[in-house]
Amino acid sequence: MAILVFIEQRDGQVRSVAREVLGEASRLAAALGGPVIGVCAAANDPGLGALGQAGASEVLLATHESFARYEPAGYVAAIASAVERVKPQVVLFSASSMGRDLAPRVAARLGVGLASDCVSVAVEGGRLQATRPVFAGKASQTLAFRKSPALVSLRPKVFAPLAGNGGAATVVPLAVAPDSAAARARVIDVKAESAGTVDLTEAEIIVSGGRGLKGPENFHLIESLARALGATVGASRAVVDAGWRPHSDQVGQTGKTVSPKLYVAVGISGAIQHLAGMSSSRCIVAINKDPDAPIFKVADYGLVGDAFEVVPALTAAVQRLNAQG
Amino acid sequence: MLQVVCIKQVADTETRVKVGADGRTLDPNGVTWILNPYDEFALEQALQIKEKLGAGEVVALSLGGASVTATLRNALAMGADRAIHLRSDTIQPDPLSVAGALAAELNALQPRLVWMGKQAVDDDQAQVGPMVAQLLGFPAVTAIAHMELDGERAVLEREIEGGREVVEVTLPAVITTDKGLNQPRYASLKGIMAAKKKPIDEKPAALPEPVLEIVSMALPRTRTGGRVVGSGVEAVPELVRLLREEAKVI
Repeated sequence: MAILVFIEQRDGQVRSVAREVLGEASRLAAALGGPVIGVCAAANDPGLGALGQAGASEVLLATHESFARYEPAGYVAAIASAVERVKPQVVLFSASSMGRDLAPRVAARLGVGLASDCVSVAVEGGRLQATRPVFAGKASQTLAFRKSPALVSLRPKVFAPLAGNGGAATVVPLAVAPDSAAARARVIDVKAESAGTVDLTEAEIIVSGGRGLKGPENFHLIESLARALGATVGASRAVVDAGWRPHSDQVGQTGKTVSPKLYVAVGISGAIQHLAGMSSSRCIVAINKDPDAPIFKVADYGLVGDAFEVVPALTAAVQRLNAQG
Repeated sequence: MLQVVCIKQVADTETRVKVGADGRTLDPNGVTWILNPYDEFALEQALQIKEKLGAGEVVALSLGGASVTATLRNALAMGADRAIHLRSDTIQPDPLSVAGALAAELNALQPRLVWMGKQAVDDDQAQVGPMVAQLLGFPAVTAIAHMELDGERAVLEREIEGGREVVEVTLPAVITTDKGLNQPRYASLKGIMAAKKKPIDEKPAALPEPVLEIVSMALPRTRTGGRVVGSGVEAVPELVRLLREEAKVI
């Protein structure tokens, strides 16, 4: 049976998370059998044919001028129509901000179960099982589905896209009832943050600062190191609650759960809520004055020292490395 | 204007999570139960709207076992006018079941605004808000960080990757709240005293058949980190070398 994948686009561009989801769909298809079919809602074709390289054999495209931006009622109608047509065993989403908003609506519309923000999906005895962190990563749970299709959203940055080798995907128009696009909620504007900023949940490298920085005016140290590493800046709850950084920077329980390849924690002692949110990072570096700080227990590499001396030295060393190429 | 705030009782974020005897859910022994932090922003926003309008009613609605009463009293102490307790002793019912039971009650209440946190900090599914909206046929705006209400129309902002989406919505609507929206109040002594006299209407939850099944719960592998490279600026070159040559992350 088929696997249906929601193809997320923004500003007429397919988002990279869609390729991650297609990659996992292809691996699942090898276990379950059946094709990988995409479904996309957009104002125009955002280049869906190229997704053959990412694992889709076919992509159903619902077009409407209101679909240029995220439009929940219309997107739900498009996916429900694709489900009716394809009769998939599994529908996959990315647990991006759009996927987290959209997938539960689709689940309610279809009356089926959804496992959100999963980090692994497996087939056990012909049945799909999805594993996901709970308590912000302090534990994980494995879920099974009592109804078909099984809906699963996948945590960004956990699943690898395919190394492209397929042909082009066939793009097939999908008719969506026009009245479904008339909704009582609509996106009227998108305010972009400073250009080139990668969101914490999608960042490869994160440099986070905590109370050890003593004040918001010292975060330039964190920002300089982040620039040198090509990283996104994060923060502990303590400094967000103190108003030094916006909530969108917070890592941990009541903030974001992240799993970058490199996480650098500066002046963060390592409260249980923070550790929960970043412990699944591939490599953790801790810089802290206090050798007994709990953060050192999870760090692959710890450096005991004053952030005000160590961070500029580390920034300079990384810049030298960058200059060498 | 009637506003209903859906709240969930969860384990305190300080909790050291242990797997219960069933192998599938949290071991409740020694756990302190609190109002889900994201729901506090929802309740605060509803209270502020009521105060601004100078009229209306805020109802706290929760689904769960006997202990939920304490969390509902807390919501009443913060300022909710009355509470409804949908009594269910099912351990961790799935999100669609919860949404179904809440939607049935909300259908009877016909509120203009339905509030809840963007997710509960226990199962982190972040599903019930948009599900309730879908079941009620209401629009939903999730994880909002800013709000302007003007009569029957609201303009809301929600964080997305690399920016904010500005959404316009016409009531009735379901809105789920993110941290940063407001600063939730503490219950005053007067509020706590008043809460004792406010009504909590308890009735059985009409939970639909579950669509998900919890197979198991597990604790993550503990990281075997704990390697200190050195101290001070002198250790920086070695740290950079390890990141480059051993971890291969820079």
